[in-house]
Amino acid sequence: MKRWLLLLSFVATSAFADSHMAAAPYAYTALPDAKQEAAARDLMTEIRCVVCQGQSIIDSNADLAADMRSMIRTRIQKGEQPAAIRTWLIERYGMWVSYDPPLSATTAPLWLLPLLLLGIGGWLMAGRLKWRRS
Amino acid sequence: MKRFWLWVPVSVFALLAGIFVSQLRHPSGNTIPSHWVGHPMPQFDLPAAASSRPALSFANLADGKPKLLNIFASWCIPCASEAAVLADLKKQGVEVDGIALRDTRSDLDQFLARNGNPYTHIGGDVSSSVAIALGSTGVPESYIIDGKGIVRKQYIGELSPEDVPALVAEIRAAQ
Repeated sequence: MKRWLLLLSFVATSAFADSHMAAAPYAYTALPDAKQEAAARDLMTEIRCVVCQGQSIIDSNADLAADMRSMIRTRIQKGEQPAAIRTWLIERYGMWVSYDPPLSATTAPLWLLPLLLLGIGGWLMAGRLKWRRS
Repeated sequence: MKRFWLWVPVSVFALLAGIFVSQLRHPSGNTIPSHWVGHPMPQFDLPAAASSRPALSFANLADGKPKLLNIFASWCIPCASEAAVLADLKKQGVEVDGIALRDTRSDLDQFLARNGNPYTHIGGDVSSSVAIALGSTGVPESYIIDGKGIVRKQYIGELSPEDVPALVAEIRAAQ
């Protein structure tokens, strides 16, 4: 008995703050059609989990992420376009939910900074090589 | 001039270190507000989740009277302490409807018997479909829905007794 209690104390308490409900049909099950499954996976890796923030819903074990996966697979199976599902989610959770931010005034640094840094790197390297030669 | 350039990497490092330290000490808010506020409630028709309350559909919410829609669950710990606040709102004439997230009937019946039942309707959202369509990120969450079924405001997390006067005023204003 004591041993069991000891063992129980190692179980994270947050594990109890989760539903006992079985996972939704397509939360952990691939679609039968390989092409549709690939499209669903591509989208799921680019949708951010709203519970375990920083993970995509394909990596997350959160119930809500599982339900989102099932929803995405079901909708793709019905023939909906991944881009339309992404837009639908952005309308509800904001740009935050997508790992593929479009180019806009706020995201411009995200897209332009790597190019700028690459340019600076190239310039530094060119200078360095010239210095070596001389 | 060369002296000046020598300081550039150091100052860039100091700047970045400053940003990292301040962000680590005060992490930016990790709540993701719903962007669906201002839009009509999604068309939905959820089955009854509890034995003692009828089911919940879009038509129940858009019946001309503003309401508080509470997303909760029997497995959600803060939802239990929030029940007292919802009971207080009901006493002040606010209609409270509930969506039970990923819940079973027996668990929910026990939860309501233990913590009280301020809800008029309770719909069971087994696959989080309505929660996702609302831009919800978890339980508990509450939404003010006006008489036409438009989402007016979202409250993330447990409602506290201090929120009650403002909530009552806002719900009365949301005709």
